[in-house]
Amino acid sequence: MAEFTMPSLGADMDEGTLSQWLVHPGDQVARGDVVAVVETAKSAIEVECFHSGTVDALLVDEGVTVPVGTPLARIGTSAESRPTTDRPPSTPLVRRLAQDRHVDLAAVHGSGPGGRITRADVEHAEPEPARAPEHDKTAGPSQPIHTGIRRQPGTEPARRKRSGSGAEAKPAPPTRSTKPVRSDDSTGERPAPPRVKSSPLARRLATELGVDLAEVTGTGRGGTVRAEDVRSAPAAEGAPRPAVPDMARAATARLMSRSKREIPHFYLSTTVDMAAALEWMHARNRELPLSARLVPAALLFKAVALAARQVPKLNGHWADDGFVPAEEVRLGIAVSLRGGGLAAPSLAHADTLSVVEVMAALKDLVARARGGRLRASETADPSLTVTNLGDQGVEAVFGVVYPPQVALVGLGRIVERPVAVNGLLGVRPMVTATLSADHRAADGATGARLLTAMDRLLQQPEDL
Amino acid sequence: MSTRTRPRAHPDDGSTTYREALREALREALTSDDRVFLMGEDVGRYGGCFGVSLGLLEEFGPERIRDTPLSESAFVGAGIGAALAGLRPVVEIMTVNFSLLALDQILNNAATLRHMSGGQLGVPLVIRMTTGAGRQLAAQHSHSLEGWYAHIPGLRVLAPATIDDARHVLSAALVDPDPVLLFEHGSLYNAAGILDPSVRSVDLDRAAVRREGTDVTVVAYGGCVSKALEAAEELAGEGISAEVVDLRTLRPLDDATFVGSVRRTHRAVVVDEGWRSGSLSAEIESRICEQAFFELDAPVERVCSAEVPIPYARRLEEAALPQPAGIVAAARRVVS
Repeated sequence: MAEFTMPSLGADMDEGTLSQWLVHPGDQVARGDVVAVVETAKSAIEVECFHSGTVDALLVDEGVTVPVGTPLARIGTSAESRPTTDRPPSTPLVRRLAQDRHVDLAAVHGSGPGGRITRADVEHAEPEPARAPEHDKTAGPSQPIHTGIRRQPGTEPARRKRSGSGAEAKPAPPTRSTKPVRSDDSTGERPAPPRVKSSPLARRLATELGVDLAEVTGTGRGGTVRAEDVRSAPAAEGAPRPAVPDMARAATARLMSRSKREIPHFYLSTTVDMAAALEWMHARNRELPLSARLVPAALLFKAVALAARQVPKLNGHWADDGFVPAEEVRLGIAVSLRGGGLAAPSLAHADTLSVVEVMAALKDLVARARGGRLRASETADPSLTVTNLGDQGVEAVFGVVYPPQVALVGLGRIVERPVAVNGLLGVRPMVTATLSADHRAADGATGARLLTAMDRLLQQPEDL
Repeated sequence: MSTRTRPRAHPDDGSTTYREALREALREALTSDDRVFLMGEDVGRYGGCFGVSLGLLEEFGPERIRDTPLSESAFVGAGIGAALAGLRPVVEIMTVNFSLLALDQILNNAATLRHMSGGQLGVPLVIRMTTGAGRQLAAQHSHSLEGWYAHIPGLRVLAPATIDDARHVLSAALVDPDPVLLFEHGSLYNAAGILDPSVRSVDLDRAAVRREGTDVTVVAYGGCVSKALEAAEELAGEGISAEVVDLRTLRPLDDATFVGSVRRTHRAVVVDEGWRSGSLSAEIESRICEQAFFELDAPVERVCSAEVPIPYARRLEEAALPQPAGIVAAARRVVS
């Protein structure tokens, strides 16, 4: 008897609501069939069954919320009719291997002690693809595939037996196929992806480079994915990173906690008259093709980059208890990601680009950051970050410094305000620019220089 | 890179043997500090079971080069008493196998008195002993038990692997206000090399990188360092760049150095002449996993002695010990 349990459909999911049953008691189900709809915190998801057999009983009613792992239904598998003693003895590891390769263990002759089926036996057995789906039941009815290896008393994984106490332990023989050990017989999404054998370093690199380990061919022992395999994987470009929102959220959470914990912030704010800048921009836009037309952000970013060059004490990093000025202005652009989290891709040599070039780079960067397809070079540490929430409608943003940087410029919406200009009251487009800075690295006076430099630069837009 | 220690046929080319380096260190210590004296079985008239103290009796007299009865517990205990009384004894125990007779003194007195006296009593004692196999001395003279001593808090455990370390380790050990155990690998005594005149002292807190490499870190100590270097040489021929770390101090372990190395190479082979189960190599592997798990690109490999009493027969003895070929094979496995 197998149990169909509430699957975990994401690292942050600990319960789910069974919103709809798509099967009834007595129905025949095959592995991979959609049997229920589960409502999670995020969305409704169709859930597949990972056993084949007959639905014996539905244990949870529609509309009920239960923790992950709660049995939802009992499924009678046909394997039960077979007495367990009939099953040839084999280790969990071997059963898993057989499952992955669609090998029917009942048909394999065991060459190990006591007729036990060894790894080698499975490797030598010819898979029979036509009958593949039927064979899952030989994996043992009480063993849901997503739980991976489970040891049973008296049996040990085959690999274990090979490590002798001699000076040179023999390595486990390489499996015939270099494909990662995973089953590929199911269609669509599974509650939990099968485990890909990979080295810790490979895992870390895969996360950093946005490579899906399941897509990488492992060349290590037994098909283990190694760092080298991840580095040479084609992924990253093109395919969106898996689970970007969660990872991005977690990364942002860590970084921002660190920032607020370690960095003594101070904040400055100023309003900048954008009349001259916008007038120049509109004139410029008349000459530019539609696709290259400027938005105020391009001017603002360029002004920040130039100001950063003029006030190098805020353009750099805090490292080893000291400020290290950056050699170039590498402007970080805070981009909010769909689904949460922030990315801050960087614009190298932002101070040397023309406003038109900044505009083009900006469009490109934001699009690719949201698509999860940033290049490694663009994720390198910026020297100063700008966060522009003007398009979100707010008038000012007091940001949190991205460590190890020491300053962050926040830009709000450009709003028309009554302002006194040359002793007369007029209506001018104004923007609030703020500076959040690390008080360890700089003082208010230095910060003020950056904001006033920015203001001054925006009054001479033709020189930007 | 430091001096390679390899046996030579004619050490009259200005080179020094490991044995002579140790003797020179003893001579220096006896000359420079009146509180230093050497005692042990056969250290006087016989010149030391392994010839380290040959000639010292004639030079320094029986007051300072003292032959002792065959009673390890008694003369190690006497050494502890002398150290407590303000002297700086150097006690020689022939081999680590015999040191077990004095284990009670070493563990229950020397190692613990500092703690049990609330810091009032230190035991500035140096115990020298031979360890390791490779000379067909059979099981009772060939085991590598330094890992057991490295388990004991309160001791400093050293394993000089090079001529330079042999020459300078004693003066550093004598400065230590607490007991220091010096493990001299039996196969190294005849190893010869030119002393590096620029080396004036040994930093007991730091492991030494004997060869730099980028693909795999080979951690070794004592008699296995030269085997690791030999293996690294062979690996270099295959295009595998191995970094060889000589632990030098087995307690306290300088994990910063070997873990730092693994962080760069992402792979590790630990060589230990002790038996694998519960060995120092297990501790090292464990620290690598604790501190650099996410830097590892392959499981850590260990090359240890076969878990048998070390055999007398030469072929069997060779087969039981870590050898360069085994290190090379392990390195290939973690790299390929």
